[in-house]
Amino acid sequence: MTSITTVPAIELTNVTREFQVGSQLVKALDGVSLTIQPGEMVAIIGPSGSGKSTLMNTLGCLDTPTSGSFYLNGHDVSGLSDNQLAETRSHQLGFVFQSYNLLPRETALSNVELPLKYSGGYSGKDRRSAARTALDRVGLSHRYDHKPVQMSGGEQQRVGIARALVKNPELILADEPTGNLDTKSSAEVIEMLRSLNEIDGKTVVVVTHDPEVAEATKRIIAFRDGQIVEDRAVVKPSAPKTEATVETQPDSESEISE
Amino acid sequence: MNFGILFATALGSVGANKLRAGLTLLGIVIGVSSVIAMMAVGRGAQVSVTSRISDLGTDLITVRPGNQALRFAFFGGGGNSDVLSFEDALALKDAVFTPDVRLVAPENSFSGSAVVGGENTFVSGVGVTAEYIDARNLTIASGRNISNADVQNTALVAVLGSQISESLFGNRDPVGATAKISGRQFTIVGVLESQQGTIFNPDNSVLVPITTAHYRVNGGKGLLDSIAVSSINILATSEKTVESARASIATVLRLRHELTADDDDDFLITTQQDTIETLEGTQGTFVILLGSIAGISLLVGGIGVMNIMLVSVTERTREIGIRRAVGAKRRDILFQFVTEAVLMTFGGGVLGVLAGWAIAYFGNGATVDGDIIETVIETHIAVIALAVSVAVGLFFGIYPAVRAASLNPIEALRHE
Ligand SMILES: Nc1ncnc2c1ncn2[C@@H]1O[C@H](COP(=O)(O)OP(=O)(O)OP(=O)(O)O)[C@@H](O)[C@H]1O
Ligand SMILES: [Mg+2]
Repeated sequence: MTSITTVPAIELTNVTREFQVGSQLVKALDGVSLTIQPGEMVAIIGPSGSGKSTLMNTLGCLDTPTSGSFYLNGHDVSGLSDNQLAETRSHQLGFVFQSYNLLPRETALSNVELPLKYSGGYSGKDRRSAARTALDRVGLSHRYDHKPVQMSGGEQQRVGIARALVKNPELILADEPTGNLDTKSSAEVIEMLRSLNEIDGKTVVVVTHDPEVAEATKRIIAFRDGQIVEDRAVVKPSAPKTEATVETQPDSESEISE
Repeated sequence: MNFGILFATALGSVGANKLRAGLTLLGIVIGVSSVIAMMAVGRGAQVSVTSRISDLGTDLITVRPGNQALRFAFFGGGGNSDVLSFEDALALKDAVFTPDVRLVAPENSFSGSAVVGGENTFVSGVGVTAEYIDARNLTIASGRNISNADVQNTALVAVLGSQISESLFGNRDPVGATAKISGRQFTIVGVLESQQGTIFNPDNSVLVPITTAHYRVNGGKGLLDSIAVSSINILATSEKTVESARASIATVLRLRHELTADDDDDFLITTQQDTIETLEGTQGTFVILLGSIAGISLLVGGIGVMNIMLVSVTERTREIGIRRAVGAKRRDILFQFVTEAVLMTFGGGVLGVLAGWAIAYFGNGATVDGDIIETVIETHIAVIALAVSVAVGLFFGIYPAVRAASLNPIEALRHE
């Protein structure tokens, strides 16, 4: 997968991100260089405040680096305007948040439709059918019309994943997607991300504090004080255990759904 | 984000907090409905004044001495060139010089009291010729008009306005009775029909021969031709000839008063059209005043919308962050919030137009302090009111929307 001729999905060169807090200059990212190839599944780990979220916001085109260059699928992102960044977010990536970030008044279906509403070219019918497909994919066929408060945390996060993949982006970014979930729901969410990576070939970057989650990926990058302190391949990625242990290695949609 | 989605999104957000939206809307409803109702009342007054003036006949032309020394000259007994004389009036009915003049009725005036037995009332006296009642569109209810023989004879005869007749004689027919008017004993020869509701109400008038008013009541001297008149009522041959009649009257009067080309007119010619225009002008100002007062409540309503929108932006910071994170551009957020504001003010505008229309409709013909209120509902006012309410939404919605759109997505997402 990582042949030399491939354009990297993500290529950071000497990226810094500084915040001025009062008189103090906080270096959230301090000279980060990093290449992620299409189809990789990467875990970002590190202590609190080490810059993981700052990195994800940069990769997710929600934030721009103070210095350094960022190429997304071979395109320079650092010089993009606010509108172009919004378009990049809309077309090239899906973001999964720790706190789900669903619109509380809207149903699951309508939450998943949201990215399509901002990208044009979809009729109402197209939007709904794409949103249903995405919800089916995460095993929520029975929750279309549920509002976030009517769903468990795990279900809400699955809606979050459905929203991230509804436009079928090449890159999925997840910042502590299991941070608020119990072990079982965590395992489900990670399995879903794994299947998106393994079955659909999407590039997945996931921030986590959970070693088991990290071991389920193919590559672990450790951060400390805004710098990469370790970058290693996982020898044999293992599915995270749950109380009711996942028996088989899921290899089809239907099995992930359950 | 296309308009349909934008509209649905905004509608959903506004509908999510119905009580709040309703209260915000109420400000606009009150503003718009009061604009509509005020304008309807104002226009109603304007139209009824105009129609009352038109009742007098649109062919009426009035000539007055155009000098402030009028009263002094008048009471002083003439000799001043700024005074219109009885002879001036006669000269205006001339087949050659003023072919468009149909009728000339000079008048002068006096005020005093009328006494019959124990009854005593204030009267506004008018010295007239026989033509006066035709010029002023008056009707004799009983008895007869002042005749030209009465004028010739300086007769002590009077025609009473209906109100005067009633206060002096009650329900009795006063024709043939006598009354002491301004110290002189007059024989009542007629009573005028009541003209209540017209702009020149003759009900409190007493008509006497113009000569009697001059020589016997006002104590004036001089020959008949030279007596001063306070105004000359003239009827043109038709509504169309009013302007040419006016021109010929001016020419004749300037010649008679020996005015040179450099001199200004020493008289003032007013047509009914002039009066209507003047009154409509004043009433127009009145309508604008009413409208502006109502407009202020619309402004207050707009400020309410802005206030709620600012609160809404703060409350929904996280929602804004979510929308931005999934691909919304700044302008998508801007349009969404502006649309919400406009939706509220437009909704308020529609309800306000309906409410204002209902007030005007059911208020038409209502009596306040004895005055009948007439309302005229004009569609263009409703359209303007709706346009203004949309503009209010745009104006007061834009600032909160700009604040929403300029939020940083990451900070917005972090907002609790
Ligand atoms: N908007 C900001 N303004 C000021 N400082 C910031 C801002 N965002 C992040 N920082 C600082 O940058 C550093 C890295 O923050 P970041 O959120 O990336 O850490 P993290 O690794 O995600 O931590 P956690 O595991 O707790 O989520 C921290 O010191 C933080 O205080
Ligand atoms: Mg973080």
